[in-house]
Amino acid sequence: MYEELADEGFTVITVGIERSPEDARPWIEKASPKHPSLIDIEHLVPDLYGMINVPTVVWIDEEGRIARPNDASFASNRFKLLTGLDSKRHLRRLRAWVRGDAPALTPSEVRKHQDLPTAAEQEARAEFTLAWWLSREGHDDDAERHYERAGELAPHDITIRRGSMRTRGLNPMGLAFLKIAIKSALTRTPLYRRIEDSPA
Amino acid sequence: MSATLTLLHDGRTDEITVADPARPTIPADALEATLGWELQPEGLCQGAMCVPVDQDALVGDGGLDLGVFADALQRPLVTDEKHVVAALGASHHDRGEALASLQAPDFTLPDLDGNPHSLSDQRGKKVLLVAYASW
Repeated sequence: MYEELADEGFTVITVGIERSPEDARPWIEKASPKHPSLIDIEHLVPDLYGMINVPTVVWIDEEGRIARPNDASFASNRFKLLTGLDSKRHLRRLRAWVRGDAPALTPSEVRKHQDLPTAAEQEARAEFTLAWWLSREGHDDDAERHYERAGELAPHDITIRRGSMRTRGLNPMGLAFLKIAIKSALTRTPLYRRIEDSPA
Repeated sequence: MSATLTLLHDGRTDEITVADPARPTIPADALEATLGWELQPEGLCQGAMCVPVDQDALVGDGGLDLGVFADALQRPLVTDEKHVVAALGASHHDRGEALASLQAPDFTLPDLDGNPHSLSDQRGKKVLLVAYASW
């Protein structure tokens, strides 16, 4: 995708929401991308953009304005069965926007599709910051109550809940995540927030 | 008994000497040097912008209760008393206003080799920002 559109005034920036650069290294080295591939161990980008899960994509235009806000989309259909997300539709739209064949969203449509952060989500992020500092200082036992508090404040914030599992000795692919997924299905809170709009 | 408070805020870690760790008070000079706000008769000020603060909240010779500071700016403040550490988060009003302006928030993050990159380096190009994780 990047290779195809790099000559058309387009770039990709990937941001790995990880505990350390080493967690992202195998992924980045395998892809050996020419675009910036960044590591965000403090969850700065989720905080600035109000992201509550990954993958989340944002389109940003030449003037640095949000042309399409947070949307859940994968780069391939590898996880389609699990997540219900079809990457092909997103890529088709993106290609049309980059080439100038189709506009992104209008500013009022962007606003309509934005979920602005709540006070509880921001407090959860502060609890995560505190917990993560305690973990790194070797105080895992004391970090735990702050991870738990973050999860209570923003149960839908998968970036915090699943992203902290390995640090807490939990398996992000195992029972701990399954419980979150089941709860989300029962409460009809989508794990992946996608923009519902007309077919491209 | 005074103690050192570790304050996590704005992507930084600062250490501030506080008189009472159970009710941390930020000295006026640290308030300006560390948090970028100045105590004025009008309240807490940053340039021309001021936020009113209850004068009763001022402690000692011009210090300010950290909880009062956080409340005045509507920023979340969470603490761990055992380790004397506090995290001061971003206000949801500030984050929401920034996003609603549709200007994409700029950030600077390292790549695998530790080289910093900013979103604003790409001005003039269309950008697909992708947040992902290995977990």
